[in-house]
Amino acid sequence: MQQQDLIPGLFRTEFQKIVAVLCRSFGMENMEAAEDIAGETFLAAMETWPYKGIPENPAAWLYTVAKNKARNYLRRRQLFTGKIASRLQQAEQINEPAEIDLSARNITDSQLQMLFAICHPAIAAEAQIALSLRILCGFGIEEIADAFLTNKETINKRLQRAKEKLRAEKVAVEFPAEKEIDQRLATVLTTLYLLFNEGYYSESHEAVLRPDLCLEAMRLTYLLLENKSTNQPAVNALLALMCFHASRFPARKNKTAGMILYDDQDEALWNYELVARGAYYLRQASTGAVISKYHLEAGIAYWHTIKADTAGKWEAILQLYNQLLQMEYSPIAALNRTFALSKANGKTAAIAEAEKLQPTGNQYYYTLLGELYSGINNDKAMEHLQKALSFARTAADRQTISRKMDGLAHQTDIE
Amino acid sequence: MDEFILIFRHEDGMKVASPEQIQAWMKQTMDWIGGIAAQNKFVSGNGLPFENARVVKATDTGPVVINGPFGDIKETLGGYIIVKAESVEEAVEFAKGSPVLQGEGNSVEVRKIARGDGTH
Repeated sequence: MQQQDLIPGLFRTEFQKIVAVLCRSFGMENMEAAEDIAGETFLAAMETWPYKGIPENPAAWLYTVAKNKARNYLRRRQLFTGKIASRLQQAEQINEPAEIDLSARNITDSQLQMLFAICHPAIAAEAQIALSLRILCGFGIEEIADAFLTNKETINKRLQRAKEKLRAEKVAVEFPAEKEIDQRLATVLTTLYLLFNEGYYSESHEAVLRPDLCLEAMRLTYLLLENKSTNQPAVNALLALMCFHASRFPARKNKTAGMILYDDQDEALWNYELVARGAYYLRQASTGAVISKYHLEAGIAYWHTIKADTAGKWEAILQLYNQLLQMEYSPIAALNRTFALSKANGKTAAIAEAEKLQPTGNQYYYTLLGELYSGINNDKAMEHLQKALSFARTAADRQTISRKMDGLAHQTDIE
Repeated sequence: MDEFILIFRHEDGMKVASPEQIQAWMKQTMDWIGGIAAQNKFVSGNGLPFENARVVKATDTGPVVINGPFGDIKETLGGYIIVKAESVEEAVEFAKGSPVLQGEGNSVEVRKIARGDGTH
């Protein structure tokens, strides 16, 4: 690792581990103390390493410093509560603070428990994602603000509110009870799914794709698979979905940071190792009697890893979308389903269905209609694409639509 | 927005159609329902298999259990879906797209579902 990347790299991997372990030991209500101690630990590294040299095992060094700081914090707190307790004449036993356990095993357990604590149904989804990025992924406030296209103040307030809610609800850093696990796991999966999508469909002006967000979501999902009681079909299906999507990262981005649409992607850039991983998790997911939306979406993503346009492929995708929409409607799934319908049943059938859909208030609805009408009625296609262009917000989107319009004009010239 | 049940009455497809026809009919049904779901108007639905069906009928001598068919062969209940619609007219438009109607004499009955709030 390069010297200048050492601290950011360690911060990304170790900050969240220290916070998770400390939160588990201090209780959720002292999350800020845990964050402070983890932050101070890195500060100590920056103050010491340049003069004394980088320790042989930097992570172990950080753990030792964090442990000492935590021990001091607990002593101070006990002294304080001890004094108050004696004043209130409550005989409370004062014990020597428990040893902070930064073993690999306890780190993993703590991270899992923190994942469940943060993805608590009482917390708004948006706040869960922000809190996950901060506490479980070690993202800076500025990075989170960037990912959400907002400013630091908004994120700070959002995190503050979420932490207060965790305190008010007395959310414990612990594994949910056996009978609660399915319900709580559903919330965790939703958050991880949203976290991944935040990176995959990033609207941030900085980039059209944020692989770091996606990779963090995958890491946390993998954490669930390593644990026996959370290694469930839906979790495997979600990781399969993420692997299939992630396999197209390099193909999806072009040099000017624009988005490359599926049809134009160079499949030589697809990561077939990730495709194989995805297929493996999808097989693992194919047990039990319950089909989750992650199963269906993973199935759709799987078919997209096969570039050849066969009738069977689009028929399979269409039926998966038919099922997915019955389970959970979303405007984007409705549009994608209509696109699959055009490939499976022809453009005329798809146009009839598309015109029954509610316009989505963005460019996607009109882009689809433009696509469907091209070759059928090119004037109408152009009209829709113009409308799409007026809705497009980013330069990348405008570029994509303009390219389609050029293609259409060219096609009309030839005819 | 109200909920309407669309009740399909048709012959037992297994008896009158070839496997290829049944396959095609299934696809049409799935596409038809998918189209309703894509408009965010689908609530739920299910098929009612013809095998293992009984009718319990009142007679002078008490209830009698009979195997299908149940009345006129074209009027057998084959399944239902529940949709959301602004009006019965909109629900009827959905019903018109049902592949069940490709069989002559088959029907789709459209009924509003009582809201259960005492007002219907």
